[in-house]
This record gives sequence, structure tokens and C-alpha cells, in this order.
Amino acid sequence: MKALLMYRDQDFDLQLKSSAAQDAMVKDLELNTLVNAMALGDEFIFMVCKQAVLSSLHDTDTILYRQNVLKDCLKNPAIVKDIYNIAVEAINEEKKHFWGLLSKSPDSILSRSIKVLQMFVEKLNRLRNVADQHAGKFCSEGFTAFFTMLRKELDDDYLASVKVHLKELKFRGGVLISADLGTGNKGINYVLRKPNSPFRKRGCLWWLFGVEPPDYAYYISDRDDAGFRAIGELKNRGINTVANALAQSAEHILGFFHMLRSELAFYLGCLNLHRQLEQKGEPMCFPQPMAAGTRNHLFEGLYDVCLALIIKERTVGNDLYAEKKDLVIITGANQGGKSTFLRSMGLSQLMMQCGMFVPASSFRASVCHGLFTHYKREEDATMNSGKLDEELSRMNDIVSDLKTGSLVLFNESFAATNEREGSEIARQIICALIEKGIRVFYVTHLYEFASSWHDRHMENVLFLRAERQADGRRTFKMVAGEPLQTSFGQDIYSKIFGADCS
Amino acid sequence: MKFSGVLFTTKEDAAKVSPVAPDFFTDLNLDQVVNAITAGREEYDLKPFFYTPLKDLDAVAYRHEIMRDLENDMVFGCIERFSGKFSKMRAHLDQVRKLHYKYQKEAGLLAAIEIYCEAVNTLAEELTESGLKSRGLLAFGEYISGYAQSEDFTALLAETENLKHDLSTIRYCVLIGSNRARIRRNAYCIEVSKYEAEIDYSIQVEETFAKFKEGAVKDYRAEFPEWLEMNHVEAGILNLVAGLHPDIFATLDSYCHQHMNYLDKTLSDFDREIQFYIAYLVYTARFKQAGLKFCYPELSDSNKEVHSEEGFDIALAGKLLAEGSLVVCNDFYLRDIERVLVVSGPNQGGKTTFARTFGQLHYLANLGCPVPGRKAGLFLYDKLFTHFEREENIQNLSGKLQDDLDRIHYILSRVTPHSIIIMNEIFTSTTLKDAVFLSKQIMGKIVQLGLLCVCVTFIDEMATFSDSTVSMVSSVVPYNTALRSFKIVRRPADGLAYAISIAEKYRLTYEYLKERIES
Repeated sequence: MKALLMYRDQDFDLQLKSSAAQDAMVKDLELNTLVNAMALGDEFIFMVCKQAVLSSLHDTDTILYRQNVLKDCLKNPAIVKDIYNIAVEAINEEKKHFWGLLSKSPDSILSRSIKVLQMFVEKLNRLRNVADQHAGKFCSEGFTAFFTMLRKELDDDYLASVKVHLKELKFRGGVLISADLGTGNKGINYVLRKPNSPFRKRGCLWWLFGVEPPDYAYYISDRDDAGFRAIGELKNRGINTVANALAQSAEHILGFFHMLRSELAFYLGCLNLHRQLEQKGEPMCFPQPMAAGTRNHLFEGLYDVCLALIIKERTVGNDLYAEKKDLVIITGANQGGKSTFLRSMGLSQLMMQCGMFVPASSFRASVCHGLFTHYKREEDATMNSGKLDEELSRMNDIVSDLKTGSLVLFNESFAATNEREGSEIARQIICALIEKGIRVFYVTHLYEFASSWHDRHMENVLFLRAERQADGRRTFKMVAGEPLQTSFGQDIYSKIFGADCS
Repeated sequence: MKFSGVLFTTKEDAAKVSPVAPDFFTDLNLDQVVNAITAGREEYDLKPFFYTPLKDLDAVAYRHEIMRDLENDMVFGCIERFSGKFSKMRAHLDQVRKLHYKYQKEAGLLAAIEIYCEAVNTLAEELTESGLKSRGLLAFGEYISGYAQSEDFTALLAETENLKHDLSTIRYCVLIGSNRARIRRNAYCIEVSKYEAEIDYSIQVEETFAKFKEGAVKDYRAEFPEWLEMNHVEAGILNLVAGLHPDIFATLDSYCHQHMNYLDKTLSDFDREIQFYIAYLVYTARFKQAGLKFCYPELSDSNKEVHSEEGFDIALAGKLLAEGSLVVCNDFYLRDIERVLVVSGPNQGGKTTFARTFGQLHYLANLGCPVPGRKAGLFLYDKLFTHFEREENIQNLSGKLQDDLDRIHYILSRVTPHSIIIMNEIFTSTTLKDAVFLSKQIMGKIVQLGLLCVCVTFIDEMATFSDSTVSMVSSVVPYNTALRSFKIVRRPADGLAYAISIAEKYRLTYEYLKERIES
């Protein structure tokens, strides 16, 4: 049994493979702000959502699969929460039976497993009931398959037969074990047997005439502790296999509940985030993912979801029409919203690729095979050369993970040296990346670098500039525009922008 | 031919096996060699065989023949399989001795006899087809096929098989904790019955829960101790099972009573004695694998023109091979009236190793074994003496020189013209002048007796003592410091050549130093 709400055909992997590059990206994109908003203080939801956001999907098919499941969740939040609670209860109640785990004897493993399984059967029964009552309200492939699976696998007959076994395995009528004669005439091949009739042999007369002594019986005195230990061992040999089967089944079912809980935790996180943005009146939409090779980013009203979660005002949305672009160079004045824009690009990319809605009024983009960020580190108070060294070392780490179809966001990288050197380093790196089929969004003040690309008039390169109005106010909008060598001073600046440019 | 074992040609020789190692064993590191040869075969008690050299050439030839037969993989294989089975059989018999309950002991004996029968039949069959040439193994082959066809043996085999089959058909059930468990006061009862095709409940349970299977989970199965002993409850159950099948167990009783002493003495002796060869061949295989040679030496009890090509110290070689180092082989020969090899040269140049090699070759040859080397002609001595430097013994109140002389005297008073003496660095605890004087005295006696002798000494004069002494000098390989044991070559002792070679070995010559020290 599998929940299969995250993937059509595989479990959701909770093993977080942490790397330095990923940690950097979490920081650069303020990802924890987003995940905190999803978790609302629930540590488990935080962990799952972070994992989901960081383990991007690369196929549009699975992205749409999750989008549909999420749409179902948005329609039926109470029912989803109900299912989640059943899984949580099952997991918590299983923990109460910890004592049985302390012993390795099949006897105690078996009795613990029976108790745990009886509890699980009750929870599974409740899940079945949810499926029976509410399946019709869900239309996504994921939920439909999930409810169908519950109703098929956990039908009444099956649950009844499980209950019968759990009762029989308490061995009210004794444990019957067969054996053969092995080396040294010792018993081997101990096998648990089901008695042929409820009352073996003349046992049926027992009701009428009372208990009759057996023909072949071995008696041990009540004071014979060694004898009772020996009987215990014999019994354990007999029930070893069933104890194992039951304990493993309990573990499997527990695994199912864990998986169900994890997968639903992601959707609960999405519901939490959705509610908050909805209350603020921010637009949201389900993105249209496109195959990696298409190299597109087409959106309207994209805003930085993290900023939206922090400030009270409505955020400013950006539009972009970048079709078949490998390199987008973003220039412009400080505090013009370049970093925010770059972050909104990164966040929406991650949100799209984990199956979520995105903070935009419309969004279409190519999926990427790995998102990386390379940001200037302000906090390094080292000398310039040391800082460049550090930047290149981080770049080195990233490069070892890059492949065709990756997307790299640079924010003022390689500016830790003079402009000429920085530009040359950046040029060489970026040239190589885009020739290898890696897409790049680059926020930079390196005029030489930016203009060198502009001079080449390449079709796959797009230039954006942070808009600055004539009165000097920032609109926080990115508009198409060639790079400016702002260091030429106020004269040239005012020629282009007008007189008022304080 | 009357079969008298695979190690000796006569029963009388076989009776003379020595339980203790010869005095020179540790000096020649033969104790290490024999330990290595017999390691893992302690059950056969093989050491006495390796402590007992042979006294006549025919006895040596007898062993050479058998050893050559065993170098045939087919023969070796069938003997190994036979030994394996006998070993397993003995393990069963050991168990039987330790067990307490009657039916258990009986089952152990039955198992032992079953293995025994199989071992005998297989070996008898395989030996006839393996092209034996040695007198010893041919005679044994005849013996064992006669035994395998004997009426007693065939009857034993048939009884064993029947009984084994009958026991294997028994399947029983035990019922624990039934409603009759408390039928008696102050006692708990478990019921035993014949198995009546009750279904395997584990399978049913596993099938029911199979659908939850998902990935790998912990294995919760308990491990049970699998020793052979029974507790009293198991024994009690076994007795009840015997009661359920009285015929089979009655047959078992009488079978065991009848066949208590089934083991044939000649076969069990063979099983032990043949291990002498097996152990030696297995031991030498590792050397052969490393490219070292072994040969069957020509042995003589009169000709003292001994020689060896590519011989090596087998104890040292074992150590070197384990470390992955190279083994250096040495040659020696004596011609005409030459009798004494005087070995001198730099320390750590392999002199002692050379002396040991000489001794080991002769000892192994006298055991009737192949010896290290490509080719060898050796002497069938009557006694072998070694005089190696001993640590000073606090209990021996006399000084070291006195001790040295006492031991030399002991040796010289016991030698015969057919003896071999190996002396290593004697008289080191006196002045050079005294040492020269004493050495010459001793050497005079040795030469006079015409004894085969190796004498390792730091005194160059000894090398030219007489016409019967041959000078051999240890040399150091200048450019290859990886070689840790070095060539001993027939060359006059000059006392100078090696000062340079040691300097070269440590790369401290003028040229080396000019190269090494950067300007």
C-alpha cells in the first residue's frame, strides 16, 4: 500500500540531501520565510515542505499531477485535514507500545504486534470510511487512485480476516508446532500448524465429559524453571515466523501512515500559504510548466512571495516576456528592486517545480534541472582578493553539480575585484555556461561585462533594467533596456533620465 | 606386499617415532616450519612424524613415490575428500561422547557411521581409477577395496541407510498451552502427537499480511542457539516420539549396540599418516605459487659431494612471502675432498640463513620430503648437530666461552663420520686471538673426521684452513635495497670488498652523496 499523492508511481523521499550550494540558495532566496509561512509553527510540516521545495521535479507531468491534487485539497480542506489526523493518531499511538520493542523474544514481539495491528486496523477502517463517504468530492488522479486503493485493499472481508488472524494468534487453544528429527535426533524444521479442527482428537468430548488426560504428554513440575524456559524456547521457535511477519507488517503499515502523513503535510503547508496570501489579496495562479529545452519565462504580475509575507502593503508585480533566452542580464540603480526580482524568479521557479501555485497572475516557464544561486556575500570583511577567492570557490562547488538545463541566478557576482578583471572572469564563466545549455539570470553592476554582451547583439540574451522614474523614485519594475555605465556621472545620467535625478 | 602404513616400510620403523623434536630444531628454525606445516591439522598429531628422520635409502624412496603420487591432482583430491569426511565423522563421535541422552547418542553414532561408509566407498572406488604408482598407495588401494567389499562392511552400509531413511520419515507435533496443560496439579503438560497434515499457519498469516509489504524492513526473527545438546524437555519429547514409533527406535537401539566399534584400525591409521604428505604438499604449494622451486633430492649415504641449486631458507621464505618481499635463493656444492663450507662476510648478509638452508635441506631430505631448490644432491646423515649462539643463561654459572666449549665438546664426542655439523658464530665472547686459536683446534678435528660441516665465522683465516674447506662470502646487492636476504657466493674472503658495498647499500658513497645533496 502506498499513498502516491506526491508522485504517480513512487514514494516521497524525505531524506534531505544537504549541500553547501543548496544551503546558500536557501539563504539567498529567503526560502525559510516561505516555508515558515507554510508550516505555521508545525515542525513536521516545515521539514516536509522544505524538502519538497528543495527537491524540484523535472517533468511537467508530475508537476501537473501535484497541481491537481492540490486543487482537490483547496476544494476539500477539512477532509484532507481529517485524513492527516488519522495518520498522525496512528503514528502517535504506535509509539505508546514501545515496551514490546525492548525484548527480542518472538513471544513478546508477537503480542506487541497484535496490539499495534489491532489499533492500525481500526485506523485503516476509518480511512476506508472516509473513502466511502467522500471519494466523489475529489477528482484529481492522485486522490482518486488513493481512495480506490483504500476501498479495494481494505474491503470488509479483508479487514474481517485480519481481525480473525489477530485473534487466533493469541493461541487460546494452545500453540501447535510440528518438527522433524534432525542431527542428533534433535527437533528441526519447527513449523507453526493450524489444528485440523478446533478440538483435536477426542477434544470434542471435553465439553461433555470434562478433560481427559492426553496419551502422550510430558509433564514438568511447577518448580522446574529450566523446564519452563525450554518450553518457552520451543514455543518461540514455532511462532518465530509469524511474529516476524506481524512485526514487519506493523512496520509496513506504520510506514504507510508515515508516508501518508508526509505527503499530506506538504499539501497542508500549501493550504496554509494559500490562505495567508488570499487574505492579503495577493494574486496566485497555477503555473504552466514547459519542458526544459524551451528556455522560456513568460509571466505577469510576478511578485516576491517572501516580501509579500513580511510587508503589510501589496507588492509590486513584474511582467516578463523572455522567449528562448539563455541569458538575462539585469542592471540598473541600487534599490531598484533587482534583488527582489531575482528572488521572485528563483522562488517561483522552485514553487512551480514542486507542484505549488506561484505568486503571479499568470506564469509559464521552462523547468530547470537544478536551480543554483551565486550571490555576492556582503558579510565577508576580508580583503578583496580573499573575497574573490571565496566567490570562485563557491562557483567551483556549483559547477560540479551543473548540467544542461540548469538555471543559475547570479547576484553581483565577481565584483570583488576591479571591474575589468571581474568582467573577464564573469564573461568566461557565463560564456561557458550558456554554451553548455545552462540558463543564467545575472544581476550586475559590471558595466563592461554587461555591455560586452549587449554589443554582441545575441538573440538569446535579454537585458532588463530596474526602472527609475524621472523624479528619481523607483517603481520596482524591471523593464527591457540596455545596460548603463552609470559611473559616467550626472551629465550623461540626466541626459537619458531627465533633469531630476537626485 | 604386506601393507604396513604409508609412512614406513616396516612396522618396526613405525614404532620408533620420536615424540620430541631434535635438539637442533630451533637453531634451524625447523620448529617454525613444522608448526606452519601442521597448523590446522592438530587433530592428526603429525609432529612426531616430522621429528623422526629416516635411516635408510629405501624408506626415503618409499616416501618419494607416495609424495609423487599425491602430486597428481586426482589422487590428492580423493585423499582430501576422504580426510574431510573422516574429520567430520570424528566430530560426530566427539559429540556423542559429550551427549547425555540415549537416543541422541545413538543418532550421533548413526551419523558418524553413515559418513564413514560413504568415505570408505568413495575412496575405494576413486583410488582404483587414479593411476597409482607408489608401492605404498597401491598396497593401501588393495586393502581398502577388499575392505569395502567385505560382508561386514556391506551389511553395515545397508543397515545404516535403512535406519536413516526410517528416522527421516518421522514428523511429530507438540501442543503447548492447550486446555489440558493444567490437567495435573503442580505440573504443566505439553502434548506430543503424530503429525496429521495440519497446514502451515505461518504461510497463511504471511499471505494475509503480504499486501502491506513495502520496501525493506527490519528482520524481527529471533536467532536460536543451535547446539547439539538437548535440554530435558527436548529429551522428554524425543522419548515420547520414540514411543509413537517404537519399531524404528528399537532397531536403532540394537544397531548401535552392534556397531559400537565399527572403525577399522588400518583405515584410521591411514587417515592420520597420509596427512604427513598432504600437510607438506599444502605447505609447499604457497612457495611454488610464488615461483620458488622444490625438488626430490638425490640422496646418498656414502657420497659427500653434496650440492643444491636455488635452495632457500623455508622458514624465512614463509615470512618474506607473507610480507610480499622477494626471496633470494642460494647455490652450494662440494667436490672431491671438499667437506667444509666456511661462510664469512658482512653482517645481515644472509650467512646464518645460508647455514640454516644447508641444515634444513638435509633434514627435509632425510624425512623423505621434496626440498627447496631446483636440484639437489644431499647426504643421508646419521646425526645432525648445530652450534648456534645462545643467549647467556643465568643458571649456567660458567662463562659464555666455557659454555661454548662444553657444547662443542659434547658434539665432537658424539659425531660419527656420517654426521653433519653446522656452526654459527662460535667463540664471539673472547679475544680475536683466542677465537682464532680455538677455531683452528676445532676445525682440525672436524677436517680430520671428514665431517660435512657449515661454519659461519667472522674469522677470515678459517676460509683457507685446508684443502677440504671452501670459502663462501655473503655479498650485498648494491643497487637493490629491497632485497633483504642476500647471495652467498663461492669466493675468497678478502675482508675489504664489503665495506664499499655497505656504503653503496645506504647510498653514502661519494657519487651518491654528490647526487643526493642538492646544490
